[in-house]
Amino acid sequence: MATTLKITVIGGGLAGLAAVIKIAEMGGQVDLFSIVPVKRSHSVCAQGGINAAKNLKGEGDSTWKHFDDTIYGGDFLANQPPVKAMCEAAPGIIDLLDRMGVPFNRTPEGLLDFRRFGGTLYNRTAFAGATTGQQLLYALDEQVRRYESEGKVKKYEHWEFLSAVLDGNRISRGICAMDLRSMEVRTFPSDAIIIATGGNGAIFGKSTNSVVCTGSAQSALYQQGCFYANGEFIQVHPTCIPGEDKLRLMSESARGEGGRVWVPKTPGDKRDPKSIPQAERWYFLEEWYPKYGNLVPRDVATRAIFKVVFEHNLGIDGKPMVYLDLTHIDRKILDRKLEGILEIYEKFVGDDPRDTPMKIFPGMHYTMGGLWVDFKQATNIPGIYAAGECEYQYHGANRLGANSLVSCIYGGFIAGPSAVQYARNQKAAAGNGHFDTERKQQEENNAMLMKSEGKENPFCLWRELGELMTKDCTVIRYNKNLKETDAKLCEYLERFRRINLSDRTQWANTSVVFSRQLYNMLQLSRVIAQGAAMRDESRGAHYKPDFPERDDKNWLKTTKAYFAPDADEPKFEFEPVDISLIPPRARKY
Amino acid sequence: MAKSVIIKIKRQANPRETSRWEEFELPYKPAMNVISCLMDIAANPVTRDGKATTPITYDSNCLEEVCGSCAMLINGRARMACSALVDKLEQPIRLEPFSKFPVVRDLAVDRQVLFENLKAVKAWVPIDGTYDLGAGPRMTAEQQEAAYPLSRCISCCCCMEVCPQFNDDTGFVGAATIAQVRLFNTHPTGAALERERLTALMGDGGIQECGYAQNCVEACPKDIPLTRSISEVGGAVMKQAIGDLFRK
Repeated sequence: MATTLKITVIGGGLAGLAAVIKIAEMGGQVDLFSIVPVKRSHSVCAQGGINAAKNLKGEGDSTWKHFDDTIYGGDFLANQPPVKAMCEAAPGIIDLLDRMGVPFNRTPEGLLDFRRFGGTLYNRTAFAGATTGQQLLYALDEQVRRYESEGKVKKYEHWEFLSAVLDGNRISRGICAMDLRSMEVRTFPSDAIIIATGGNGAIFGKSTNSVVCTGSAQSALYQQGCFYANGEFIQVHPTCIPGEDKLRLMSESARGEGGRVWVPKTPGDKRDPKSIPQAERWYFLEEWYPKYGNLVPRDVATRAIFKVVFEHNLGIDGKPMVYLDLTHIDRKILDRKLEGILEIYEKFVGDDPRDTPMKIFPGMHYTMGGLWVDFKQATNIPGIYAAGECEYQYHGANRLGANSLVSCIYGGFIAGPSAVQYARNQKAAAGNGHFDTERKQQEENNAMLMKSEGKENPFCLWRELGELMTKDCTVIRYNKNLKETDAKLCEYLERFRRINLSDRTQWANTSVVFSRQLYNMLQLSRVIAQGAAMRDESRGAHYKPDFPERDDKNWLKTTKAYFAPDADEPKFEFEPVDISLIPPRARKY
Repeated sequence: MAKSVIIKIKRQANPRETSRWEEFELPYKPAMNVISCLMDIAANPVTRDGKATTPITYDSNCLEEVCGSCAMLINGRARMACSALVDKLEQPIRLEPFSKFPVVRDLAVDRQVLFENLKAVKAWVPIDGTYDLGAGPRMTAEQQEAAYPLSRCISCCCCMEVCPQFNDDTGFVGAATIAQVRLFNTHPTGAALERERLTALMGDGGIQECGYAQNCVEACPKDIPLTRSISEVGGAVMKQAIGDLFRK
């Protein structure tokens, strides 16, 4: 009997768990690594829903229209065949989740209910209250727990991925990881690895992302030779609740259910918002985009809010905020369909959004770019696969709301079987000395951090990084600032050498862990800044006032960054986009 | 004088060490929560009396009260640190790790027991496979509205921390697990494992250990109908136990 295949999955969000389930179902053995218990992964934060063209509302929706909306919404930067395949698979994915017990909202007849989301004219979004990501993650988590109890999955929770173990032929043979409690560094051999480690919000300091979303694993692999694609495409969500510790998402579903964005027409209007008459409110999205109204895609809505606040000086009370108003909607409907997010606003701001318009502002939300993968989710290093937000494949230059959950699950469903297929045909490595070498290298990195005697506090340096990246690498980009940003990043990398860990103990030491992540964030930030500086056009979330138009002649290309170890910096090459199915057209909402 | 926040933290270097208290004074900012205080300490790890110390170890992730990570005792109350707003807390703010779970370090505790319990009661829907088998069972809006609140459990373990019966002597599974049994037993496909789940809740450490103190439902940050779940599942366990008795 052949020995059982061993696949390592890193990350226990939707993409990772989807891959685990497929591998276990195919008879493979899985080692599942996660910084947090997988049930606490960032996927729980997704609120509004998951897209699938099931056409249950008699609107004539189709998977082709879903495909077209996604490509058009992404400003034609995504390779089209995998996006088409994802949209075709989406209705089946919803059925599967339904069978797993996800409590999707229902119609009076007992069928799945669907609501509208940004960037489409169809009711295409299935939802479980306003905590859809949580409900989907739990469903997959439960299935994985079932496999765990059958001995097919071994979880390594509170472990962090440090690097891949590559043999002399640059083929992946396993991973090197660190126990976040004992701080032990260990290597784990496997036949293939799947990276599903989410986005990189922490690079921007405050974002809607969870604490673990640092992009550290992706960056480590990029520094080991993986291509990182379209790094410059960062989604800023138009409606977030500003906070001291993070920016909390206010789901697009609030607008999907009829929420309206407005500001008082008079600058500095101090009246209670409810006492401001209709005629004195400016519903600028509805005025500028009569067809899509409040449901224009996120990049469009975000720039509109920036314009109103910074050019028209109409932010509420002179501050960078606009109203998102639900008060005209029946309370019972709000409770049934949006309770989860209204509760977040109530708990963290203290006002009831059923009574008072919410105050919101755009914030960093989603990483469109990521590890370069082919249509089977394979990176350019043999034996390393990637799925979910950490790869670049499905959203082009801007992601549509409620497409992330479907892309994570679909990506995991492709990556799992692809990795198994690869592992079946893989020959054993010539030797195994590379495991020791890699472990020693990583132990040395830790020891260096412990010894370092400088003055730089890693958490302070991180705050500076976040402010820098948010200021110059998000909504509005100028080449001069981007070049200055990259120079600053070099300076930060220099300062990193003088880091001082206030904690030098060998047990659950968060300073060591965070410093390692910070270094990887700094390296990846350069990919973002330099990629943005190079791309002289405006496309989706990437907007340069000096180059306001999309330039298909020169820039209908995937950016591929690779790390040049000798120069210690990114190099770039560009790849044509597969536009074989839908010819590019102007994007006008 | 500028406003400040005084915060006292019970610290423990590792599971074997004894605990000690440290006090911090932080510059006040509007909209601070306990997490932002802990972040400020990491950026400047100095105690109130000027002594250099280490950043606090604590669990956190989403900071939106949906991942369940950052549960701790705040002014003696079991709750999530992210939704604990400084403006609403009495000062000095006292932070302690959960008392009924093994301390890892500082405010981080090991809550693996809940995930083991979920395994023991088979808290999943036994589907045939992930291949295309069509839609799930049809469900009324009422059924969805009954299931959804139970499915919002974030595994924070607040209900277990506050339960007088949750301790080493009883080995009680706690309210969260029982509510999940109710969730899966009421699902049309999940009900296939109903007998096994109820059996798992019989005997020592099972549902009979509940003393109806009702602390769980008070502490739950997600307003899950825990006591109702316990009484419903308790009834089902009883019914099955009596049935088994007669079948013997």
